[in-house]
Amino acid sequence: MSDELILEMRGIRKAFPGVVANDNVSFDVRRGEVHALLGENGAGKSTLMNILYGLYRPDGGEIRVNGKAASFSSAREAIQAGIGMVHQHFMLIPVMTVAENIVLGVEPKKHLLLDESGAEQRVREISERFGLAVDPTALVSDITVGQQQRVEILKALYRGADLLILDEPTAVLTPQEAGELFQIIKSLQTDGKSIIFISHKLNEVLEIADRITVLRRGKTIETVPRKGATEESLARAMVGRDVLLHVEKTAAKPGDVLLAAKELHVLDDRGIEKVRGVSLEVRAGEIVGIAGVDGNGQTELIDAITGLQKIESGSVTIAGTQLTHASARAALDLGVGHIPEDRQRRGLVLEFSVAENIALHDYAKRPDARFGWLFPGRMTNRAKRLINDFDVRGGGPSTPAGALSGGNQQKLVAAREIDRDPKILIAAQPTRGLDVGAIEYLHRRLIAERDKGRAILLISLELDEILSLSDRILVLYEGQIAGEHTGEVSEEQIGLEMLGGRERSAA
Amino acid sequence: MSDVPVSHRQPGPVTRFALRLARLEGASAVLVPLATVILAFLMGGVVVFATQHGGIGTRVHNTLIAYNQILDGAGINWFGHFFRHPCLGFIPCHIASTNIHFPGGDIAAYNLSQTLLQTTTLVLTGLAVAFAFRCGMFNIGGQGQYLVGLIVANWIGVDLAGMSTLPHILIAISAATLAGAAWAGIAGVLKATVGAHEVISTIMLNWIAFWGASWLVGGGPLQDPTNPFDPTSSAVANSARLPAFWGTPNFQALDISVFIAIGALVTFWVLLNRTTVGYEVRAVGFNPDAAAYGGINVKKNLIRAMAISGAFAGLAGAVDMLGYLYHIGEPDIPFIQVGFLGIAVALLGRNTAVGVLFSALLFGGLLFGTTHGLAAVPHPVIELQLAPNLTWLIEGFVVLFVSAEIVILWVWNVRKKARLPGPARPASTMEVAA
Repeated sequence: MSDELILEMRGIRKAFPGVVANDNVSFDVRRGEVHALLGENGAGKSTLMNILYGLYRPDGGEIRVNGKAASFSSAREAIQAGIGMVHQHFMLIPVMTVAENIVLGVEPKKHLLLDESGAEQRVREISERFGLAVDPTALVSDITVGQQQRVEILKALYRGADLLILDEPTAVLTPQEAGELFQIIKSLQTDGKSIIFISHKLNEVLEIADRITVLRRGKTIETVPRKGATEESLARAMVGRDVLLHVEKTAAKPGDVLLAAKELHVLDDRGIEKVRGVSLEVRAGEIVGIAGVDGNGQTELIDAITGLQKIESGSVTIAGTQLTHASARAALDLGVGHIPEDRQRRGLVLEFSVAENIALHDYAKRPDARFGWLFPGRMTNRAKRLINDFDVRGGGPSTPAGALSGGNQQKLVAAREIDRDPKILIAAQPTRGLDVGAIEYLHRRLIAERDKGRAILLISLELDEILSLSDRILVLYEGQIAGEHTGEVSEEQIGLEMLGGRERSAA
Repeated sequence: MSDVPVSHRQPGPVTRFALRLARLEGASAVLVPLATVILAFLMGGVVVFATQHGGIGTRVHNTLIAYNQILDGAGINWFGHFFRHPCLGFIPCHIASTNIHFPGGDIAAYNLSQTLLQTTTLVLTGLAVAFAFRCGMFNIGGQGQYLVGLIVANWIGVDLAGMSTLPHILIAISAATLAGAAWAGIAGVLKATVGAHEVISTIMLNWIAFWGASWLVGGGPLQDPTNPFDPTSSAVANSARLPAFWGTPNFQALDISVFIAIGALVTFWVLLNRTTVGYEVRAVGFNPDAAAYGGINVKKNLIRAMAISGAFAGLAGAVDMLGYLYHIGEPDIPFIQVGFLGIAVALLGRNTAVGVLFSALLFGGLLFGTTHGLAAVPHPVIELQLAPNLTWLIEGFVVLFVSAEIVILWVWNVRKKARLPGPARPASTMEVAA
């Protein structure tokens, strides 16, 4: 890393109607540096990067790339200046091969036709040079999310990027894949590339970044070297107050068994057995955490308990009532609350208003409806109360749920589920994609609900979350319980069980 | 609720922005269809322009006159009389030419009554398509469901002759409506049970209805027995005919079906927005996964929504048969287009009750104004044989532009989901301050 600045942004300002997204923001990147851009959802990170990438025009300020003043009016111009961006959601064409995706738009040609082998050759060269292993002839639809991300990085490198913007790159990755991504970032760095790493995960930033810039409410709060920075200091800069990164909780006082599954077998949509004989119990007043790598049967287990997926064999008992051929309706009516893992696909109808979303389970019951007739005014009143109680920001009862930020959407889902006064609360990935402030809120809320005597089943891919919240931990591996722990247990031990007892390196 | 801190809330800039945006979207719900229509008429105008002779000025002039004549053909000029004369148009004050089909020969009033008859049908077939759309399905079978309604209404209307009027009408209308519902329900059941796509199954059901109806009236059990050489059904008995209130009875006078259509529009809105059935339909239409998670039976809703959709089309067939057609001939069946036109009506009306009303008025006026209505206008600029094609031309452009808009919206949504912002992207500004 040299002191030479590859990018300088000075005094950047960008206002949208009613809100200043970037207010006198300054940011620079040295050659060969990993510079993390840290901030809560809505702090202005994306706006700043979209200005750099030519997608927004700034209202004021100056951008210099390699010492020369630059003003990009499109992504194409930014790419020509050596800037590459990997978006959080990939822009790949699934039916085309890796090589075809990478060269798309700048294809090597042979007599007007795509030079297929030439393209593959060049993709191979770059991927070997930077240690980004991926098969150029594979179809994008057939490769994993982690590999798709590599394709996106290769796309940027193929177009000659010297400065790579990675927008929350680990949000879609498993911990293993995230580890591999960090290796790639380090090798890019060795090769002289500069990287802007956008994140709101403190541990990652501390692991990979050389310098860290924190944004809050559109303003630069500080730029600090990694040395000397702590999770606590960064969290304080992000949120503007002290944040409890680790939840405080008292010992659980478990009561009656409210949720019991016995020898549960469940198939997924393609008919593959994903849950293979799981038995578990959750008692009133305790949080049972299920740890595991994504795809080990978590989704199917939740869906079976909540009546969304057929049970092949075995049984689910909710508050003493057995649900054999359950429907989602039956589970809801027995007192199951469910914060689903994908709030946008399942938890909310994004086109519906906040009030209509709050009524999603009980729209046909009093007070929302009577004899099939809806009372929108009553829905609105309930929505007003919950918006207030759960501090949902960004809109009122009539705002479409899709217009809320991710954190507020999650609060909306949590508000609805908790307000139904469920006996059992199933929280699947409750803090996915949320920033520290919202995570702190949800964690405290879950503990509070536990203390009210609800039985809580927590499913998370974040081992930290499982360890800090759970009173009891179950490890799910290939559809079976691979381990059970009460009390103190090391992260390494659970990590080992998550991989089926194999060595970590084998994964 | 708990020990969680509660912040004081007041409508911040973001809320105000969201409100403004919502209002803007409301406005675009009117502006975009309006722009679509204007563009379609401009394209139609280009075609009229091309068929004219003379200099550019003459052709432009002729094109404008052509559209004016279509408006007259649709009876819009009646409103001119209405406001100019104290007799409020119900008594013919202004007689452009004489018309034997209308009391006093008021041609404009006659044209308008015919436009309203067409509009009535299109409101109902449009609602049929719109309702299925709101549940996320594309009902292309309005044509077949309409035909089933037509046939059943004829059958009941003929067969139960001798009943007293009110029960006869009610039975005929109910039976035809239920038949339309059942016909569409088949496609719903196929979709819910074996996953057969409704576009394919409704198109096939259209053909079954087409050939079934052709056989029934052309030699089958509904053929008029007194005239075996004319492949036409018997005429609906007087007891089943809808009372007319504007025009000369037996000359396609405007009957009370226009009020049935207004009732259907209100029912559509109320059903969707004020009942649990409508809540389920909309939830399934927007996001079936979330609906299932909410405890809604998605399969049941697919079948039910399809059946309700078919009920509107069946009702359209009933009111046409009992209102002014009275019988149907085998050679007429291939010329029925109102079921398909309902697709354009729904698309242009954005699947809302108000939108369907206005776009049905537009297409109703075009349909009559370019055919019989235009024939009564002195010296029509467009040749009478060509004029009806203008309706289909404009319909085609409307569907094309609306579909293109759907493509644009889809791309827009993908961009939104991909977090690739455009300069005016609302969601990003929401995130910024959220």
